Amino acid sequence: MAIRVFLIVLLFLSFTNLTYSLYEDQVGLMDWHQKYIGKVKHAVFHTQKTGRKRVLVSTEENVVASLDLRHGEIFWRHVLGTNDVIDGLDIALGKYVITLSSDGSILRAWNLPDGQMVWESSLPGSKASKSILHIPKNLKADKDDLILVYGKGSLNAVSGVDGEVLWKKDFAGESIEVSHIIQSSDVIYVAGFADSSKISVYGLNAKNGELLENNHAALPFGTFGELLAVSGDMFVVLDEMRSKIVIVHLKNGEISYNQKHISDLTKDLAGQPVILPSRLPGMFALNTNSYVLLIKVTNQGELVLVDKVNNGAAVSDSLSISEDEHAFAFVHYGDNKIHLSVKNVNDWNHDLLKESIVIDHQRGKIDKIFVNNYVRTDRSHGFRALMVMEDHSLLLVQQGEIVWSREDGLASVVDVTTSELPVQKEGVSVAKVEQNLFEWLKGHMLKLKGTLMIASPDDLAAIQALRLRSSEKSKMTRDHNGFRKLLIVLTRAGKVFALHTGDGRVVWSILLPSLRKSEACENPVGLHIYQWQVPHHHALDENPSVLVVGQCGPSLSTPAVLSFIDAYTGMELKSLSPAHTAAQVIPLPYTDSTEQRLHLIIDDKQHAYLYPRTPEAIDILKHEFSNVYWYSVDADNGVIRGHALKSNCIQEAVDEYCFDFRDLWSVVFPSESEKIIATMTRKSNEVVHTQAKVMTDYDVMYKYISKNLLFVANAAPKAAGEIGTVIPEEAWLVIYILDTVTGRILHRMTHHGCQGPVHAVFSENWVVYHYFNLRAHRYEMSVVEIYDQSRADNKDVWRFVLGKHNLTSPVSSYSRPEVIAKSQSYFFTHSVKAIEVTSTAKGITSKQLLIGTIGDQVLALDKRFLDPRRTVNPSQAEKEDGIIPLTDSLPIISQSYITHALKVEGLRGIVTVPAKLESTSLVFAYGVDLFFTQIAPSRTYDSLTEDFSYALLLLTIVALVAAIFVTWVLSERKDLQDKWR
Amino acid sequence: MQPKSPLLLLLLLSLQLFICFAFAQSTTGSAEGYTIYGRVKIPSNLGTKDYIIPGKVSNVKVILNGGQRVTFLRPDGYFSFHNVPAGTHLIEVAALGYFFSPVRVDVSARNPGKIQAALTESRRGLTEFVLEPLKEEQYYEIREPFSIMSIVKSPMGLMVGFMLIVVFLMPKLMENMDPEEMRRAQEEMRNQGVPSLASMLPGAARSN
Repeated sequence: MAIRVFLIVLLFLSFTNLTYSLYEDQVGLMDWHQKYIGKVKHAVFHTQKTGRKRVLVSTEENVVASLDLRHGEIFWRHVLGTNDVIDGLDIALGKYVITLSSDGSILRAWNLPDGQMVWESSLPGSKASKSILHIPKNLKADKDDLILVYGKGSLNAVSGVDGEVLWKKDFAGESIEVSHIIQSSDVIYVAGFADSSKISVYGLNAKNGELLENNHAALPFGTFGELLAVSGDMFVVLDEMRSKIVIVHLKNGEISYNQKHISDLTKDLAGQPVILPSRLPGMFALNTNSYVLLIKVTNQGELVLVDKVNNGAAVSDSLSISEDEHAFAFVHYGDNKIHLSVKNVNDWNHDLLKESIVIDHQRGKIDKIFVNNYVRTDRSHGFRALMVMEDHSLLLVQQGEIVWSREDGLASVVDVTTSELPVQKEGVSVAKVEQNLFEWLKGHMLKLKGTLMIASPDDLAAIQALRLRSSEKSKMTRDHNGFRKLLIVLTRAGKVFALHTGDGRVVWSILLPSLRKSEACENPVGLHIYQWQVPHHHALDENPSVLVVGQCGPSLSTPAVLSFIDAYTGMELKSLSPAHTAAQVIPLPYTDSTEQRLHLIIDDKQHAYLYPRTPEAIDILKHEFSNVYWYSVDADNGVIRGHALKSNCIQEAVDEYCFDFRDLWSVVFPSESEKIIATMTRKSNEVVHTQAKVMTDYDVMYKYISKNLLFVANAAPKAAGEIGTVIPEEAWLVIYILDTVTGRILHRMTHHGCQGPVHAVFSENWVVYHYFNLRAHRYEMSVVEIYDQSRADNKDVWRFVLGKHNLTSPVSSYSRPEVIAKSQSYFFTHSVKAIEVTSTAKGITSKQLLIGTIGDQVLALDKRFLDPRRTVNPSQAEKEDGIIPLTDSLPIISQSYITHALKVEGLRGIVTVPAKLESTSLVFAYGVDLFFTQIAPSRTYDSLTEDFSYALLLLTIVALVAAIFVTWVLSERKDLQDKWR
Repeated sequence: MQPKSPLLLLLLLSLQLFICFAFAQSTTGSAEGYTIYGRVKIPSNLGTKDYIIPGKVSNVKVILNGGQRVTFLRPDGYFSFHNVPAGTHLIEVAALGYFFSPVRVDVSARNPGKIQAALTESRRGLTEFVLEPLKEEQYYEIREPFSIMSIVKSPMGLMVGFMLIVVFLMPKLMENMDPEEMRRAQEEMRNQGVPSLASMLPGAARSN
């Protein structure tokens, strides 16, 4: 008996390897990786020299990158830390890229060709201020390595060669908001406002920072916005009423000013004008609500209106094309086209370039434009324009055409959901699976050659190409194994993309009209994306749809925006802008007759709103009225509350879709000793296959499986910050497991000397969380498993036979079952950015934790390593059961990185989706990069692996048949001989 | 602080020698904090003394306190964190292809400028702040070169092997078997019957 069990276990073990692993030639078969940079903030072209033409960009994702100007590919890229926001970017000495970041306190130089950091210098300062990076272009030859940086209230002159600070002038005591650095031959002028009405100009010696002159001029009125330099000695600024333009003239340090009413320049002035921050010599652009006015400033300080462009134009900085000619570009919209004009600043009547481009309207408006010139073969000037669009994508336009485009909106994914693909309809022939038998055989013969290692390099290349371009994985229909799906992602720009899981291509994209800036909705942000309608019964003739929830502005008190999108076509079906807010969205486990899922949206005024707004939905909800529970976490006050629906709203306007709710319970944590830092629940769609766990001694433990469990991690208030700020004695971490229906605390545990950040994942009856242990100064991971003791009596088989068990009694949160929790902790080497757990269709396959490490890799760690039953010396029976001997730290096996030799830069989240095939789980990791793969935590036990050799199977069968015939003939002959004997 | 006696001074000095060696090159003690300087060295082949320039290897990042600050390596492998407050910090090195142990860094408030470092994985102190990878990481399984054994071990190979055994060995065995013994074995089999499923059930097994 024991032997039999042992054999089964052995067989099982041999199939389930503890590591997920991949051969190098399998890269790209099931996974894809896309690199992005994010929304471009600054761009500097580097095209002077022959050779590679590139554009250097810095983005809102804190990425500094060098892009190929021909194809838009990334030459090199660095993702800075999340707090290290880039304020300035420029090229120095023709070979270094200079970035200023962290509010003007860190200056770095990167090598232009390969992106290696050359030097880094820290510019300390005390005062928060605007930061300016200024690299003088035309200083005398011996000084051309000077970089001027204003940041944190002081001006620093840094050597471009090694980053050494040559001199420093502190303005912290002067109460001046420096907004400009102007440099003329040997004197550096620093101009700025003090209290918005006093202009100060300081003249400094460029060699040593010595203060040469200091001028002030008080304006009789306040100003609005920032100073804009129009020429070396002239500035413009708006007055505080925003009705006059003030021209400040600086001559040899003397300040003079004159002013002009905007209404004198243009008659029909509407809205609040703003000076656009485009740097144009002798000109500036004024944005009113309906127009962009281009105004020229003459040498005498007079203003002349030169052009009036409508429809939200974008204006570039100027570009010097020859000795004293400057050009700049602006774009405006008209008849579904974008009109790009490049003009000479001095010669207004003449267009250097005028082009119309058709740009997909799903890209929205143009946010920023950068121009660059090149000399054509006929010695005339050509221009290329780099455009940053409203959806954060990046386009390069040259000769009226889009040369390349990058979907960089995908660098800022906010939320992800999935959708099934359309069912393969009859009549539509997608069944050209294998073109013909000969091709198929040829492919497999090649593979066989590969396995037998007799393939030539050419054959190997052919095999690899054959595998990679398998058309099977990128088809637009549902597949039997459920590997092909649509990943529907919501990005920060308010654009929704559908990505195909097979190859990662964008199937459709839509810039949601409801999430674009409008009068009613100033700064709309997308928050979440949910599956709205998943048709099963009418899967052939109805399309699934998704719900996008957003709000008009960053604060919770702004009204909600709802948008419904068809998941196959990407059309917006309808959009709603209700008056209430969306503090919380609760997908209910009920669907109506059209299979639309019911959602409750909780606002900040204690009301719950039901969607879809149909009478049928109300009927369903009325029926389940007493079964709807939810909770809310108030982290600031340390309170968790449970809620249930009460009645219809009592308001002036009758709204039968609005409900009041009541507080059922509340858990108040002591604010002087605990602060909520993390909460986690189970995924609502998780499937649990086995209710019980058989222990090695044939004992049965029943898992406590409830959908209403909440994991809460509280840190000591002092230790709620970052590592390195507290001593172990002041830090503790308290974890709770709550029932969210009754508010009952099922388990509580304190980790002394530990602090956050806590990352947790909840699945089945266990929770795994990651935190920092200050005493050991290492990260730790703990597992807590909860078991139901009230069912413990059901172990005896005779009770089942006689029906004396309580297994059929429903699991209810109203009963108070006895639970026990088992827990164990382990060290873990790395910091963690995200934790997820694999999910499979039926929940039979063993689980793996997916850990996004600080190095932006995703590690698959078998759940068996986090098992409270682990002991130092497991008994023979326990070993057979697959229990791993206890070690103090969790192993990091490099083959089990599912991202293999790739990085998901700026990793923020991991999403797992079950495939139809039970062994396989689909994993999508997003950050600045996107990564998708399929993993099989227990190997693909239910299907043949991709590299299964059919040809070898055929050969074996042929060999066997041949052997049968040979042996048959032999035995016949032997029989004959025997008879003759 | 003025030491009371020369003996104490000596003691203090020797202590300094012992502890203070394990330190990172430091620091300019300003009001805001200290500077941690360090260096990352990657041996071209683990175990040898040759080093390659880390900057060329890949995108190496040095991370303070789990992402609070991120910095990059200079061409010679040096890195620095400025304005770090006194306390115990954690430095991690993220480099594709190499496994680095996180480093515990103590920035002392009492002795400005004294910084100690220790690897958290091996609890080994660092005498100079040079970080080296503990091991290289292989992200891929290595394909086994073709061998007869791999064919034999594959399901098809096993199938063929079993067939061969049945075809060639079984008749030999049957030949060698005593007919008397054979009859006895058959009888035994008949008596034993089919193994019951109930005996495999956990509850039943427990009650046994």
